[in-house]
Amino acid sequence: MSEITLREINNFACKDVSLRIKRGEILVLLGPTGAGKTTLLNVIAGLVPYHGTVCINGDVIDHFTTSQRNVGYLFQDLSLFPHLSVASNVAYGLTVRKALHREKRVDELLRLMKIGHLAERYPGDLSGGERQRVALARAIAPAPKILLLDEPLSSLDFRTSRYFMMEIRRIQRALGITTLYVTHSLIEAREMADRVGVMHEGRLEQVGSPEDVFIYPANERVADFIGPTNVLDCEASEMLGRGLVEVCCGGNKIIVPYDGGEVKKISISSRHIYVSREKPPGPMVNRLRGVIEEVMVSDLVSRCTIKIGDTFFIAEVLQDVCEEMDLSPGREVFIVLKLKWINVIEGEGVVHG
Amino acid sequence: MIKEPTKGSDAWGFAPIVLFLLVWEIASRSQILSVHHFVPPPSAIVEEFYWLTMEGELGVNFLSSLSRVLIGFCAGSLAGFLTGIIMGWNEIAHRTFHPIFSLFYPIPALGWLPLLMIWFGISEALPIALIFISSFFPILYNTITGIKAVPKNYIKVAETLGASRYKVLTTVILPLALPNIFTGLRLTTGMAWRVIIAAEMVAIPTGIGALLMRAQNLIRIDIIIVCLVILSIMCLAFERFFLFLERRLTGKWSRHV
Repeated sequence: MSEITLREINNFACKDVSLRIKRGEILVLLGPTGAGKTTLLNVIAGLVPYHGTVCINGDVIDHFTTSQRNVGYLFQDLSLFPHLSVASNVAYGLTVRKALHREKRVDELLRLMKIGHLAERYPGDLSGGERQRVALARAIAPAPKILLLDEPLSSLDFRTSRYFMMEIRRIQRALGITTLYVTHSLIEAREMADRVGVMHEGRLEQVGSPEDVFIYPANERVADFIGPTNVLDCEASEMLGRGLVEVCCGGNKIIVPYDGGEVKKISISSRHIYVSREKPPGPMVNRLRGVIEEVMVSDLVSRCTIKIGDTFFIAEVLQDVCEEMDLSPGREVFIVLKLKWINVIEGEGVVHG
Repeated sequence: MIKEPTKGSDAWGFAPIVLFLLVWEIASRSQILSVHHFVPPPSAIVEEFYWLTMEGELGVNFLSSLSRVLIGFCAGSLAGFLTGIIMGWNEIAHRTFHPIFSLFYPIPALGWLPLLMIWFGISEALPIALIFISSFFPILYNTITGIKAVPKNYIKVAETLGASRYKVLTTVILPLALPNIFTGLRLTTGMAWRVIIAAEMVAIPTGIGALLMRAQNLIRIDIIIVCLVILSIMCLAFERFFLFLERRLTGKWSRHV
């Protein structure tokens, strides 16, 4: 198992990126298109020029060429060699390195990937899922120190990609290989990551556990990306003591857990806003009354836009629950904001988990 | 519903040829055509082919042409291939040589004939040099195109898997450039035969082209047609050979590229 450290990486797409990928973990790098995620993989692989330092297990590898770095790289388009059979594709890295016991290793990997029956086939004759397995087997065949996966599931349908998430996780666990996984899919990040990093315009905005990043985004850019998240500007804040602050957002008083002074901005994930047709029991603290403006259905959830005072809140409700509660535009509803899910956005700095 | 072509359908390819020869034979022998003196029947041509072969004249001339084509074509193709690899793989070499070669490439192969006659005189080197030139440029540019058309990600993948630049070239780039290179070879081989015939007709006293010219002087239409048929068969045979080789080497995967 290897540990990868990046220090102050700068180039045309990355700005001062520092990151440590722990031994044997999957770090999922999230971010919109053009955030510099793939470029960061290319930096580690030595495929693009950069300033800064890349270390594997403490050893600086900046002076190594790509072929000397011993990284496994699964490209987004997989790039299986069309002129080589499946077995030859998997064996490629072993052949060019003149590794011993090539056939045995290829057989092992074909079995691990459940593609032994495809050994003599050519990539052009494979399905998307089969190609995925072959590409992954080829990337890990030379026992690389780090596995770089660039949106490996983007070309698969939802069902197949869910299956492959589990497969990649299983294989990564079995081999214990340190992995940097680039995607813009929040589902993949939630399902696969030991830790999540969010990039935006070349900067690493936040690194932490999936829970940290999804519930407590470090800044508005992270919140925007992992959204739909409600980011609210606070017009006023008043210390209540005991680690609580009362803030006023768009005319609504909300109590937030904070002991750092003045609060300027808070965020609440739309998944963590509780919606009710009935007035919730207890005092009306962090319980707000509003009117549904819009209900949008996507996949398994309905996204309700609720107007409360001058502010619009977005709340995600499971689709069958939404139908059961008959949530529709014009309905009066109550929302409950649990202290646990209210996040105070402090500043611009990177939060490392 | 579209029917799959069957083996039997190949026979239909020959049927029009047989019919054509039959009509030709009948028309020529029955002297329907006013110019029947200038259009001998196919049977007379086959007879002449037999005599030319027996006397050894056809064999000697054919071998002269064949050896020139083989030497010129192999040397020109090899040079074009190697230069193409260097120019396709190395951007500096490409930028240096491309402007020079692009000046010479448009010149028709036979356009070089007067110059080569002065440089080499009437010798074996003349037709070989001519075929060399006619083979060199198409192979050069098809090799460059083939190499440059290889997607960059294949090269990156190979490098991340530990391949050196030389290994990337030999195990990824050249195999993937093969379809383009073979297209060049197939185009060039027909060109080589056309060039050699033209050169022998104009400047060289031996070979199929020279035999053609002698036959023309003697108004031996039958010999002329024998030579033309041989030329057609050789062009076809060379092209088919490279098609066969291409299918053997790339047939399993090239349709997916």
